[in-house]
Amino acid sequence: MEGMTKIVKTVARLVIGFILLYGASIVIYGHITPGGGFAGGVFISIAYVLIMLAFSKKVAMRKLSNFAASLSDNLGAFSFFIIGLLGSIFSGYFLYNFINHGTPFRLVSAGTIPLSNIAIGVKVGASLYAILVALSIYGRVLTEKEEE
Amino acid sequence: MTVFYVLMVFMIIGAIVAVETKNMLSAVIAVGAVGVGASVIFLFLRAPDIAITQVIVEVLSLIILIRVTIRADNYAIERRQDNFANIVGLVFVGLFLVFAFWAYKGLPEFGNPLMRVSSSYLREGTRETGAANIVASVILDYRAYDTLGEAIVLFTSILGAFVILRPKGRKHTSEKDKGSFGIIEDKEIKGSR
Repeated sequence: MEGMTKIVKTVARLVIGFILLYGASIVIYGHITPGGGFAGGVFISIAYVLIMLAFSKKVAMRKLSNFAASLSDNLGAFSFFIIGLLGSIFSGYFLYNFINHGTPFRLVSAGTIPLSNIAIGVKVGASLYAILVALSIYGRVLTEKEEE
Repeated sequence: MTVFYVLMVFMIIGAIVAVETKNMLSAVIAVGAVGVGASVIFLFLRAPDIAITQVIVEVLSLIILIRVTIRADNYAIERRQDNFANIVGLVFVGLFLVFAFWAYKGLPEFGNPLMRVSSSYLREGTRETGAANIVASVILDYRAYDTLGEAIVLFTSILGAFVILRPKGRKHTSEKDKGSFGIIEDKEIKGSR
Protein backbone atom coordinates (compact mmCIF):
# COMPACT_ATOMS: atom_id res chain seq x y z
CA MET A 1 0.00 0.00 0.00
CA GLU A 2 1.41 3.36 -1.02
CA GLY A 3 1.46 6.39 1.23
CA MET A 4 1.04 6.44 5.00
CA THR A 5 -1.15 4.30 7.24
CA LYS A 6 -4.94 4.03 7.14
CA ILE A 7 -5.37 6.38 10.14
CA VAL A 8 -3.44 9.18 8.43
CA LYS A 9 -5.32 8.63 5.16
CA THR A 10 -8.76 8.81 6.81
CA VAL A 11 -7.93 11.94 8.79
CA ALA A 12 -6.40 13.58 5.71
CA ARG A 13 -9.50 12.75 3.64
CA LEU A 14 -11.68 14.52 6.24
CA VAL A 15 -9.43 17.55 6.70
CA ILE A 16 -8.27 18.43 3.16
CA GLY A 17 -11.60 19.95 2.11
CA PHE A 18 -11.68 22.25 5.12
CA ILE A 19 -8.08 23.36 4.53
CA LEU A 20 -8.90 24.22 0.91
CA LEU A 21 -12.07 26.09 1.92
CA TYR A 22 -10.20 28.05 4.61
CA GLY A 23 -7.49 28.99 2.15
CA ALA A 24 -10.05 30.12 -0.42
CA SER A 25 -11.94 32.19 2.16
CA ILE A 26 -8.71 33.86 3.33
CA VAL A 27 -7.90 34.75 -0.28
CA ILE A 28 -11.38 36.00 -1.23
CA TYR A 29 -11.99 37.98 1.99
CA GLY A 30 -8.42 39.32 1.99
CA HIS A 31 -9.53 42.95 1.66
CA ILE A 32 -11.94 42.72 4.64
CA THR A 33 -10.37 40.37 7.21
CA PRO A 34 -6.73 39.60 8.06
CA GLY A 35 -4.98 37.44 5.52
CA GLY A 36 -4.65 37.97 1.82
CA GLY A 37 -3.31 36.36 -1.29
CA PHE A 38 0.00 35.11 0.05
CA ALA A 39 -1.29 33.47 3.26
CA GLY A 40 -4.31 31.93 1.52
CA GLY A 41 -2.14 30.65 -1.30
CA VAL A 42 0.14 28.87 1.15
CA PHE A 43 -2.96 27.26 2.73
CA ILE A 44 -4.05 25.95 -0.69
CA SER A 45 -0.60 24.58 -1.43
CA ILE A 46 -0.50 22.88 1.99
CA ALA A 47 -3.72 21.00 1.13
CA TYR A 48 -2.03 19.52 -1.94
CA VAL A 49 1.17 18.83 0.00
CA LEU A 50 -0.97 16.90 2.52
CA ILE A 51 -2.42 14.82 -0.32
CA MET A 52 1.10 14.12 -1.53
CA LEU A 53 2.38 13.10 1.92
CA ALA A 54 -0.61 11.11 3.12
CA PHE A 55 -1.53 9.25 -0.08
CA SER A 56 1.26 9.20 -2.63
CA LYS A 57 3.01 11.25 -5.24
CA LYS A 58 0.89 9.61 -7.95
CA VAL A 59 -2.45 10.64 -6.39
CA ALA A 60 -1.28 14.22 -5.88
CA MET A 61 -0.03 14.44 -9.46
CA ARG A 62 -3.40 13.18 -10.68
CA LYS A 63 -5.18 15.99 -8.76
CA LEU A 64 -2.79 18.74 -9.88
CA SER A 65 -0.13 17.71 -12.34
CA ASN A 66 3.30 19.16 -12.69
CA PHE A 67 2.32 21.00 -15.87
CA ALA A 68 -0.93 22.36 -14.41
CA ALA A 69 0.89 23.70 -11.33
CA SER A 70 3.49 25.40 -13.49
CA LEU A 71 0.79 26.80 -15.79
CA SER A 72 -1.35 28.24 -12.99
CA ASP A 73 1.79 29.70 -11.41
CA ASN A 74 2.55 31.55 -14.65
CA LEU A 75 -1.11 32.56 -15.16
CA GLY A 76 -1.37 34.01 -11.63
CA ALA A 77 1.74 36.15 -12.04
CA PHE A 78 0.67 37.19 -15.53
CA SER A 79 -2.86 38.20 -14.50
CA PHE A 80 -1.49 40.37 -11.67
CA PHE A 81 0.70 42.10 -14.25
CA ILE A 82 -2.31 42.44 -16.60
CA ILE A 83 -4.33 44.10 -13.81
CA GLY A 84 -1.50 46.60 -13.40
CA LEU A 85 -1.33 47.19 -17.14
CA LEU A 86 -5.12 47.76 -17.34
CA GLY A 87 -4.74 50.42 -14.65
CA SER A 88 -2.10 52.08 -16.76
CA ILE A 89 -4.36 51.95 -19.84
CA PHE A 90 -7.54 53.25 -18.16
CA SER A 91 -6.09 55.89 -15.84
CA GLY A 92 -2.49 56.52 -16.78
CA TYR A 93 -0.73 54.99 -13.75
CA PHE A 94 0.64 51.44 -13.55
CA LEU A 95 -1.25 49.34 -10.94
CA TYR A 96 -3.80 52.12 -10.42
CA ASN A 97 -7.03 51.09 -8.65
CA PHE A 98 -9.27 51.88 -11.62
CA ILE A 99 -12.50 49.98 -10.74
CA ASN A 100 -15.23 51.72 -8.70
CA HIS A 101 -14.38 51.31 -5.00
CA GLY A 102 -17.90 50.64 -3.70
CA THR A 103 -18.83 50.67 -0.03
CA PRO A 104 -16.28 49.28 2.48
CA PHE A 105 -16.96 45.97 4.34
CA ARG A 106 -18.78 44.49 1.32
CA LEU A 107 -17.42 41.48 -0.54
CA VAL A 108 -17.46 43.35 -3.84
CA SER A 109 -15.55 46.48 -2.94
CA ALA A 110 -12.09 48.00 -3.05
CA GLY A 111 -11.74 47.88 -6.83
CA THR A 112 -8.82 45.81 -8.06
CA ILE A 113 -7.62 44.65 -4.62
CA PRO A 114 -9.70 41.41 -4.45
CA LEU A 115 -8.77 40.57 -8.06
CA SER A 116 -5.06 40.96 -7.35
CA ASN A 117 -5.52 38.94 -4.15
CA ILE A 118 -6.99 36.05 -6.14
CA ALA A 119 -4.20 36.27 -8.72
CA ILE A 120 -1.50 36.20 -6.03
CA GLY A 121 -3.28 33.36 -4.20
CA VAL A 122 -3.34 31.16 -7.32
CA LYS A 123 0.28 32.04 -8.06
CA VAL A 124 1.62 31.35 -4.56
CA GLY A 125 -0.41 28.17 -4.07
CA ALA A 126 0.71 26.64 -7.36
CA SER A 127 4.33 27.69 -7.03
CA LEU A 128 4.91 26.40 -3.50
CA TYR A 129 3.35 23.06 -4.50
CA ALA A 130 5.61 23.05 -7.56
CA ILE A 131 8.69 23.49 -5.35
CA LEU A 132 7.84 20.33 -3.40
CA VAL A 133 7.09 18.45 -6.64
CA ALA A 134 10.43 19.56 -8.07
CA LEU A 135 12.28 18.56 -4.91
CA SER A 136 10.67 15.15 -4.60
CA ILE A 137 10.57 14.12 -8.28
CA TYR A 138 13.41 15.84 -10.09
CA GLY A 139 15.88 15.89 -7.23
CA ARG A 140 17.07 12.32 -7.68
CA VAL A 141 18.05 9.99 -10.47
CA LEU A 142 15.10 7.91 -11.59
CA THR A 143 15.22 4.22 -10.78
CA GLU A 144 14.80 1.68 -13.58
CA LYS A 145 11.16 0.96 -12.76
CA GLU A 146 10.11 4.62 -12.96
CA GLU A 147 11.94 5.28 -16.21
CA GLU A 148 9.57 3.06 -18.17
CA MET B 1 6.27 44.04 27.78
CA THR B 2 7.48 41.04 29.81
CA VAL B 3 5.83 38.61 27.38
CA PHE B 4 8.09 39.94 24.61
CA TYR B 5 11.20 39.30 26.69
CA VAL B 6 10.02 35.76 27.55
CA LEU B 7 9.34 34.98 23.88
CA MET B 8 12.62 36.58 22.84
CA VAL B 9 14.61 34.40 25.28
CA PHE B 10 12.68 31.34 24.02
CA MET B 11 13.56 32.19 20.41
CA ILE B 12 17.24 32.80 21.23
CA ILE B 13 17.45 29.44 23.04
CA GLY B 14 15.81 27.75 20.06
CA ALA B 15 18.26 29.37 17.65
CA ILE B 16 21.28 28.32 19.75
CA VAL B 17 19.94 24.74 19.93
CA ALA B 18 19.44 24.75 16.15
CA VAL B 19 23.05 25.77 15.57
CA GLU B 20 24.72 23.62 18.22
CA THR B 21 22.85 20.31 18.07
CA LYS B 22 24.43 17.38 16.23
CA ASN B 23 21.16 15.85 15.03
CA MET B 24 19.78 17.44 11.85
CA LEU B 25 16.14 16.62 12.67
CA SER B 26 16.34 18.32 16.07
CA ALA B 27 17.94 21.34 14.40
CA VAL B 28 14.99 21.58 11.98
CA ILE B 29 12.49 21.31 14.84
CA ALA B 30 14.35 24.00 16.81
CA VAL B 31 14.12 26.31 13.78
CA GLY B 32 10.36 25.63 13.77
CA ALA B 33 10.18 26.64 17.45
CA VAL B 34 11.87 29.95 16.58
CA GLY B 35 9.26 30.53 13.85
CA VAL B 36 6.37 29.83 16.23
CA GLY B 37 7.84 32.32 18.73
CA ALA B 38 8.02 34.97 15.98
CA SER B 39 4.41 34.29 15.03
CA VAL B 40 3.20 34.71 18.66
CA ILE B 41 5.19 37.97 18.92
CA PHE B 42 3.40 39.25 15.79
CA LEU B 43 0.05 38.34 17.39
CA PHE B 44 0.91 40.31 20.53
CA LEU B 45 1.96 43.27 18.35
CA ARG B 46 -1.58 43.18 16.81
CA ALA B 47 -0.47 42.15 13.33
CA PRO B 48 -2.70 39.13 12.56
CA ASP B 49 -1.90 39.23 8.83
CA ILE B 50 1.80 38.68 9.43
CA ALA B 51 1.09 36.12 12.17
CA ILE B 52 -1.04 33.97 9.85
CA THR B 53 1.54 34.18 7.06
CA GLN B 54 4.44 33.44 9.43
CA VAL B 55 2.86 30.36 11.01
CA ILE B 56 1.67 28.84 7.73
CA VAL B 57 4.95 29.44 5.88
CA GLU B 58 6.76 27.97 8.89
CA VAL B 59 4.65 24.80 8.63
CA LEU B 60 5.36 24.42 4.90
CA SER B 61 9.10 25.07 5.24
CA LEU B 62 9.24 22.61 8.15
CA ILE B 63 7.61 19.94 5.96
CA ILE B 64 10.11 20.57 3.15
CA LEU B 65 13.10 20.63 5.52
CA ILE B 66 12.03 17.42 7.29
CA ARG B 67 11.54 15.71 3.92
CA VAL B 68 15.02 16.80 2.90
CA THR B 69 16.78 15.84 6.14
CA ILE B 70 14.99 12.54 6.76
CA ARG B 71 16.81 10.85 3.86
CA ALA B 72 20.21 12.48 4.31
CA ASP B 73 22.81 11.60 6.91
CA ASN B 74 21.26 12.53 10.18
CA TYR B 75 24.40 13.73 11.90
CA ALA B 76 26.51 16.83 11.30
CA ILE B 77 30.14 16.47 10.33
CA GLU B 78 32.55 16.80 13.24
CA ARG B 79 35.10 19.55 12.76
CA ARG B 80 37.84 20.81 15.01
CA GLN B 81 37.59 24.14 16.75
CA ASP B 82 39.36 27.02 15.01
CA ASN B 83 40.41 29.56 17.65
CA PHE B 84 41.33 32.30 15.18
CA ALA B 85 37.91 32.16 13.50
CA ASN B 86 36.17 32.26 16.88
CA ILE B 87 38.16 35.32 17.99
CA VAL B 88 37.57 37.17 14.71
CA GLY B 89 33.85 36.39 14.92
CA LEU B 90 33.64 37.69 18.48
CA VAL B 91 35.49 40.91 17.54
CA PHE B 92 33.14 41.57 14.65
CA VAL B 93 30.05 40.87 16.76
CA GLY B 94 31.38 43.27 19.39
CA LEU B 95 32.00 45.98 16.78
CA PHE B 96 28.49 45.45 15.39
CA LEU B 97 26.98 45.81 18.87
CA VAL B 98 28.87 49.07 19.53
CA PHE B 99 27.83 50.66 16.23
CA ALA B 100 24.27 49.35 16.55
CA PHE B 101 24.04 50.94 20.03
CA TRP B 102 25.01 54.32 18.54
CA ALA B 103 22.75 53.95 15.53
CA TYR B 104 19.66 52.81 17.43
CA LYS B 105 19.92 55.70 19.93
CA GLY B 106 18.66 58.03 17.20
CA LEU B 107 15.60 55.94 16.35
CA PRO B 108 12.17 56.65 17.88
CA GLU B 109 11.00 54.68 20.93
CA PHE B 110 9.52 51.18 20.54
CA GLY B 111 5.84 51.51 19.59
CA ASN B 112 6.08 55.25 18.80
CA PRO B 113 6.83 55.56 15.08
CA LEU B 114 7.21 58.93 13.39
CA MET B 115 3.98 58.42 11.38
CA ARG B 116 4.26 61.00 8.61
CA VAL B 117 3.26 58.97 5.55
CA SER B 118 1.68 56.08 7.43
CA SER B 119 -0.65 58.35 9.43
CA SER B 120 -2.10 59.61 6.16
CA TYR B 121 -2.54 55.99 5.05
CA LEU B 122 -4.36 55.21 8.31
CA ARG B 123 -6.66 58.22 8.01
CA GLU B 124 -7.43 58.07 4.28
CA GLY B 125 -6.86 54.39 3.48
CA THR B 126 -10.41 53.10 3.73
CA ARG B 127 -11.89 56.12 1.98
CA GLU B 128 -9.38 56.19 -0.88
CA THR B 129 -9.19 52.46 -1.66
CA GLY B 130 -12.46 51.06 -0.27
CA ALA B 131 -10.68 48.17 1.48
CA ALA B 132 -11.61 47.61 5.13
CA ASN B 133 -8.34 45.76 5.81
CA ILE B 134 -5.73 48.51 5.95
CA VAL B 135 -2.90 46.04 5.23
CA ALA B 136 -4.53 44.98 1.96
CA SER B 137 -5.01 48.61 0.97
CA VAL B 138 -1.30 49.27 1.56
CA ILE B 139 0.22 46.17 -0.08
CA LEU B 140 -2.12 46.04 -3.09
CA ASP B 141 -2.88 49.72 -3.72
CA TYR B 142 -0.33 52.17 -2.28
CA ARG B 143 2.62 49.77 -2.45
CA ALA B 144 1.50 47.42 -5.23
CA TYR B 145 4.88 47.71 -6.94
CA ASP B 146 6.48 45.95 -3.97
CA THR B 147 3.94 43.13 -4.18
CA LEU B 148 4.65 42.74 -7.90
CA GLY B 149 8.36 42.53 -7.07
CA GLU B 150 7.65 39.90 -4.42
CA ALA B 151 5.65 37.86 -6.93
CA ILE B 152 8.53 38.10 -9.40
CA VAL B 153 11.01 36.96 -6.72
CA LEU B 154 8.89 33.87 -6.05
CA PHE B 155 8.53 33.23 -9.79
CA THR B 156 12.30 33.41 -10.25
CA SER B 157 12.92 31.04 -7.35
CA ILE B 158 10.56 28.45 -8.88
CA LEU B 159 12.33 28.87 -12.20
CA GLY B 160 15.68 28.27 -10.50
CA ALA B 161 14.42 25.19 -8.67
CA PHE B 162 13.06 23.66 -11.88
CA VAL B 163 16.22 24.44 -13.84
CA ILE B 164 18.63 23.09 -11.23
CA LEU B 165 16.63 19.97 -10.35
CA ARG B 166 15.47 18.94 -13.85
CA PRO B 167 16.32 15.34 -14.73
CA LYS B 168 17.69 15.97 -18.23
CA GLY B 169 20.67 17.97 -17.05
CA ARG B 170 22.03 15.04 -15.08
CA LYS B 171 22.60 12.80 -18.08
CA HIS B 172 25.98 12.97 -19.77
CA THR B 173 25.96 13.12 -23.54
CA SER B 174 29.21 11.34 -24.39
CA GLU B 175 31.77 9.05 -22.79
CA LYS B 176 34.41 11.70 -22.25
CA ASP B 177 32.06 13.88 -20.19
CA LYS B 178 32.13 11.24 -17.47
CA GLY B 179 34.30 12.20 -14.58
CA SER B 180 35.44 15.50 -16.03
CA PHE B 181 32.65 17.44 -14.33
CA GLY B 182 32.31 15.17 -11.34
CA ILE B 183 29.19 13.46 -12.65
CA ILE B 184 28.42 10.36 -10.63
CA GLU B 185 27.70 7.14 -12.48
CA ASP B 186 24.04 6.19 -12.43
CA LYS B 187 24.89 2.67 -11.28
CA GLU B 188 26.64 3.91 -8.15
CA ILE B 189 23.62 5.95 -7.11
CA LYS B 190 21.23 3.10 -7.78
CA GLY B 191 23.41 0.71 -5.87
CA SER B 192 23.57 2.91 -2.77
CA ARG B 193 19.78 3.19 -2.40
